[in-house]
Amino acid sequence: MRLTRDQIASRVALDIPHGSYVNLGIGVPTLVADFLPSDREIILHSENGLLGMGGKAAEGSQDPDLLNAGKIYVTEKPGASYFHHADSFAMMRGGHIDFCVMGAFQVSRNGDLANWRTSASDSIPSVGGAMDLAAGARQVYVVMELFTKKGESKIVENCTYPLTGTGCVDRVYSDYAIFEFSGGEIKVLEIFEPIEIEELATLLNLKLVDSRK
Amino acid sequence: MIDKEVTSFDEAVADISSGAVIMISGFGPPGQPIGLIEALIRKNIGDLTIINNNAGAGGEAIKHLFALERVRKVICSFPRALDSTVFDDLYLAGKIELELVPQGTLAERIRAGGAGIAGFFTQTGYGTELANGKESRIIDGKGFILEQPLVADFAIIRAYKSDPHGNLIYRKTGRNFGPVMATAASCTIVEVDEILPLGTLDPEVIITPGIYVDKVVTSQMNPITQGDST
Repeated sequence: MRLTRDQIASRVALDIPHGSYVNLGIGVPTLVADFLPSDREIILHSENGLLGMGGKAAEGSQDPDLLNAGKIYVTEKPGASYFHHADSFAMMRGGHIDFCVMGAFQVSRNGDLANWRTSASDSIPSVGGAMDLAAGARQVYVVMELFTKKGESKIVENCTYPLTGTGCVDRVYSDYAIFEFSGGEIKVLEIFEPIEIEELATLLNLKLVDSRK
Repeated sequence: MIDKEVTSFDEAVADISSGAVIMISGFGPPGQPIGLIEALIRKNIGDLTIINNNAGAGGEAIKHLFALERVRKVICSFPRALDSTVFDDLYLAGKIELELVPQGTLAERIRAGGAGIAGFFTQTGYGTELANGKESRIIDGKGFILEQPLVADFAIIRAYKSDPHGNLIYRKTGRNFGPVMATAASCTIVEVDEILPLGTLDPEVIITPGIYVDKVVTSQMNPITQGDST
């Protein structure tokens, strides 16, 4: 069966090891926090200067100085630390963040990522920290539905949307399957939908390597 | 004795004039120097270049500064706002210039400006449209682009507490761009909750040493002078 958004988030969470430093993007990636196994200690990074981010603050006990990157009032966990923006992004660029999880419009065969703007003429270009994360996180995991509402594959030979980064995506966790990108190949690690890998390859119009265990 | 305290927000921004390049701290509401932004609005000056993570988002004061069309150009990473179309309307009408910078590159360009670094190569943005017009280089097999430092005439920032020398501590995610912006402006003006006597702040926990700070002002001792600034 195809995975729901919650199920995709929970599947990503399973693959984040104990002791990891992780940045979660806005939207479905944020849901990953709810599914991190309780027997692992995983430290969440918020780009606006916080390591050790906790859950959403309860109504009435919000601290006006404690916001996350998605502009949600959050909490701090024991062992949390604060730092300024240049330090926060040095952590990304310098390869200290083990994993980042982001959404995407498109991912290409060689791991190019497009997730920051559409080509619409009236769109307001806003990049935030997406390019820094794409370039700097050690592992870039994308969560997305595999097809657009029109049924077009979001994994493509070449991205048609403006790029966020080149060759940066390591894995895509989708409702149909988990894909790994390395050396210009797309490996299929797991399939959820009852579908043959050949049929999936036809739907994507891309060559897929069966790496299922 | 060195005493950088000024007695009102209006006095703090008195030297800022039209055409100034101004860094403003803040990421969402935390770190917004609201009293200083409101004083800037009361000055009735324009043609400003604003360097900020956003473009009029994160609070009523900064939104107002943009809505009044005081800003000619903004250098930022995320102009789109969930709760406001002020920037969108100005931008789509061609009334404001936008220099879009990835957030970490923005912070590092400001850091470089304050640290006397003439530019730096970063992987961020390589191969994207934000690399257009920038020098690129392959180093150890990876693509990098050259980014320029950013400096400003003024930085107006928010901190938690200071002393008369302008040593600063911040509070939680209110720190954000404050420490780097403080280093990169000819004149750094800081709004704080409280100015403590010299020697009260533990030297081990100072985040911004007073060398970077020119003026400090607190709303606690000086109620906002809105309405009687004539």
